[in-house]
Amino acid sequence: MRLFVSEGAPGSLPVLAAAGRARGSAEVLISTVGPEECVVPFLTRPKIPVLQLDSGNYLFSTSAICRYFFLLSGWEQDDLTNQWLEWEATELQPALSAAFYYLVVQGKKREDVLDPVRRALTHIDHSLSRRSCPFLAGETESVADIVLWGALYPLLQDPAYLPEELGALRSWFQTLSIQEPCQQAAETVLKQQGALAFRPYLQKQPQPSPLEGRAVSNEPEEEELATLSEEEIAMAVTAWERGLGSLPTLRPQQNPVLPVAGERNVLITSALPYVNNVPHLGNIIGCVLSADVFARYSRLRQWNTLYLCGTDEYGTATETKAMEEGLTPQQICDKYHIIHADIYRWFNISFDIFGRTTTPQQTLITQDIFQRLLVRGFVLQDTVEQLRCERCARFLADRFVEGVCPFCGYEEARGDQCDKCGKLINAIELKKPQCKVCRSCPVVKSSKHLFLDLPKLEKRLEEWLEKTLPGSDWTTNAQFITRSWLRDGLKPRCITRDLKWGTPVPLEGFEDKVFYVWFDATFGYISITANYTDEWERWWKNPEQVDLYQFMAKDNVPFHGLVFPCSVLGAEDNYTLVKHLIATEYLNYEDGKFSKSRGVGVFGDMAQDTGIPADIWRFYLLYIRPEGQDSAFSWTDMLLKNNSELLNNLGNFINRAGMFVSKFFGGRVPEMVLIPDDQRLLAHVTMELRHFHQLLEKVRIRDALRSILTISRHGNQYIQVNEPWKRIKGNEADRQRAGTVTGLAVNIAALLSIMLQPYMPAVSATIQAQLQLPPPACNILLTDFLCTLPAGHQIGTVSPLFQKLENDQMEGLRQRFGGGQAKPSPKPAAAETVTATGQQQIHMLMNEVTKQGNIVRELKAQKADKNQVAAEVAKLLELKKQLALAEGKPTEPPKGKKKK
Amino acid sequence: MAAAAELALLEKSLGLSKGNKYSAQGERQVPVLQTNHGPSLTGLTTIAAHLVKQANKEYLLGSTAEEKALVQQWLEYRVTQVDGHSSKDDIGTLLKDLNSYLEDKVYLTGYNFTLADILLYYGLHRFVVAQLVLEPNSWAKTAIGAPDTKSMIKTRSRRKRGRPNGSSPN
Repeated sequence: MRLFVSEGAPGSLPVLAAAGRARGSAEVLISTVGPEECVVPFLTRPKIPVLQLDSGNYLFSTSAICRYFFLLSGWEQDDLTNQWLEWEATELQPALSAAFYYLVVQGKKREDVLDPVRRALTHIDHSLSRRSCPFLAGETESVADIVLWGALYPLLQDPAYLPEELGALRSWFQTLSIQEPCQQAAETVLKQQGALAFRPYLQKQPQPSPLEGRAVSNEPEEEELATLSEEEIAMAVTAWERGLGSLPTLRPQQNPVLPVAGERNVLITSALPYVNNVPHLGNIIGCVLSADVFARYSRLRQWNTLYLCGTDEYGTATETKAMEEGLTPQQICDKYHIIHADIYRWFNISFDIFGRTTTPQQTLITQDIFQRLLVRGFVLQDTVEQLRCERCARFLADRFVEGVCPFCGYEEARGDQCDKCGKLINAIELKKPQCKVCRSCPVVKSSKHLFLDLPKLEKRLEEWLEKTLPGSDWTTNAQFITRSWLRDGLKPRCITRDLKWGTPVPLEGFEDKVFYVWFDATFGYISITANYTDEWERWWKNPEQVDLYQFMAKDNVPFHGLVFPCSVLGAEDNYTLVKHLIATEYLNYEDGKFSKSRGVGVFGDMAQDTGIPADIWRFYLLYIRPEGQDSAFSWTDMLLKNNSELLNNLGNFINRAGMFVSKFFGGRVPEMVLIPDDQRLLAHVTMELRHFHQLLEKVRIRDALRSILTISRHGNQYIQVNEPWKRIKGNEADRQRAGTVTGLAVNIAALLSIMLQPYMPAVSATIQAQLQLPPPACNILLTDFLCTLPAGHQIGTVSPLFQKLENDQMEGLRQRFGGGQAKPSPKPAAAETVTATGQQQIHMLMNEVTKQGNIVRELKAQKADKNQVAAEVAKLLELKKQLALAEGKPTEPPKGKKKK
Repeated sequence: MAAAAELALLEKSLGLSKGNKYSAQGERQVPVLQTNHGPSLTGLTTIAAHLVKQANKEYLLGSTAEEKALVQQWLEYRVTQVDGHSSKDDIGTLLKDLNSYLEDKVYLTGYNFTLADILLYYGLHRFVVAQLVLEPNSWAKTAIGAPDTKSMIKTRSRRKRGRPNGSSPN
């Protein structure tokens, strides 16, 4: 059987979860199609998900598909389940549709979103608590649980929408959410975007009618107006007219930046890059660049913002590097610290501080936290069996041992962690260990070490998480990783190492040891701040007033979500703990991984030699930011995005708007007399701007970038439809119209320059210089769209913003940086993504195959003539071959580029 | 037809002797059945399925996993699509879809008469009467004749290129 699902279609979630549960009792081929795909031949309107059965029949109801999967695994239907499913279809679904629409399309307030579903949520909660069963239909999980969970998940996964008082609902929901099939389905369908993943789908749905006293109306509302009320338009116009006057005064720049009581104080950290590796593009997008966008955004919101980072300098790797280069570890750090700082400067990263961990402050703070942990009984002492390489005459640090992973059998597992299964490894558990330096087999020796007693701190950690997670913006992967570690139970963690290059351990008997970098590296954030200001405690011992955002790639989550919080919780010194842990997935290079040793991929210092400006790099890396799923850097795609999105869309619009002002109106913004069309555009832009804020407040950096491009698309359309270049030659009224359109367009360009600032700071500054945007407007982004360039405003000289990237140039770069050939990779057959055109063909062929199969079967049943049967069978085989061809290899890449 | 009347009619055609009492709930007047043992049941299709079991006619809910799922799908279709829409366009589309679905079928699940046919027929009755022009009425006629369906199924099946007759409930 074949299951058609779509990433942005609500029903796909329960269906995939149910299919996951039925694995083993059914062979299901899963195909991903667009949410508008017409899969069921007899239905006029698109319906996804759909299950096509082997008999040729279609199940197009989400509940029926789930029910079918459950029936296959031996479940029997009963009244109570039926009742829940009927209730889901008739009561819950309409309520949820309204809620999603308000949330995703209209961006309404939490209360308004909850309003339509409140009664339904309460109903579930009461039913659960009245019957005091863990599941809807009794002691065991049934299809009703999966269907309702799947319907509710996109809303309730955001804890803000799971009302505190509904305890039974909450625990039912959480029980289901952590199940493997459910987790996987949620990953696949929502891509960690929550309900926002439904946006493209919901935008096409009509606005839901108010639920109470639903009036019968035969008049379908006008499409354009469906999402904009008169009131919204009026509000957008009022805000626009207030103009520059409604800007608050600009907050004076402080040095040092310190938290202010009663204001929003945002402390942003980016994971500290290890000093002796030159960061590659994946490292850059994973932390420093992502954090930079948020820091810049935060400043545009006038939040009191401190953004810090620095190099992580202690540890064996540095010692070894020093040996290799014949320098001291300190010299190595000095040398590489500058390399890092230069790279980030080139990328225009707006650190308030870019420090380092080898400072007296680091020693002071680390030792203080350690002493506090020791006194409070959170440090254990134990003798450790450790790998020692006799040939190199030293204990081998984790990263200097390689071997076979004891959990998954991966050949190149590191001594501390397996790159494949992600499990932490104790180096002596590695099978076939090898010293990475000399490749000889190390021996096990014992040595005395200190341990952080994590099991003893586990309860505090859980309490803290329970308090912190609801309403926070931890990325889903960060939550999953942290939860799964807690589920497995924490173990004591060694915090000392037999090394010299590290923070000394202030304890008798440990004079020849230092702290393990993973114990003290995260304290680097604190010490770097302490090097920036003596008043560092106002940031770091101020949990009530400071919102701490920490950016990293997902491999760093355990240390920031568990180890760091445990350490400072145990120190009992009122430390500021992470409020929002923002973790990315991985960025690949072309089809593989970045690899320094194989010379594959682009590293930070090389990016500048490509001749491509830093802002283009920033744009493209942010456009493909591995947000919610892995993504890949591709030269071809970079060219495409530059030429289509930047050059043709954004650059084109901003340049045209400016050029019209220069050419037709002598560089002065013309008088604007808004007609309803213009007002509606104002409201549309305002809506998209609000959406942009909504996304960035949740640190959905990649998605928010799409809002910028959407607004400029609106703008291009607006110019195209109104043709100011023609009207300027017309009569008085036409000329006025040309003025209004030009004025509005150039104001949209001004707005875009501000929205663009976090992403492309240099381009943003260029636009603002060209338009001569007044300084306060450059540095503040409100939630309203204001007229910042009033009539009469004189703009500067307008020139093109972007350059076309050429194929030859990219091909040359691809060869220079190695890796991906341009060959398309064959996709796995079981879960292919089918393009829209290919899909139709496949669908047609599938129908043909089914029909032909029936003919053959009937002939066989009738014991027809052998030759006749053979002929029909041959036809069937040919059809099947065509089908396989169509499914297996997309015959040709889709023409043009995919827009979304 | 009010839900209670529809359920009473169903009881009768299932051969259930004692009439149940139904109440109605909320704005949509959802039927509620207070059973003697255990909690009440809410919802038209839920109660209908319950009555079918009471009458020991489980075959009306489908016999294979596929049929069972199909029956429930069309029951859901009845309460969400047929009852949910009231504009002319919607009903036109709905009848057109059903017609194209039923083109090569005798009943909603294929060859077996089920509860889905009964309830969809009840639900569509008002439109079909009003709009006799559309095809589904050939299916509708079949469903009308439901209590003595056998002969009708046979004639239709024969027309269908001699496919084995799957009409007799097992």
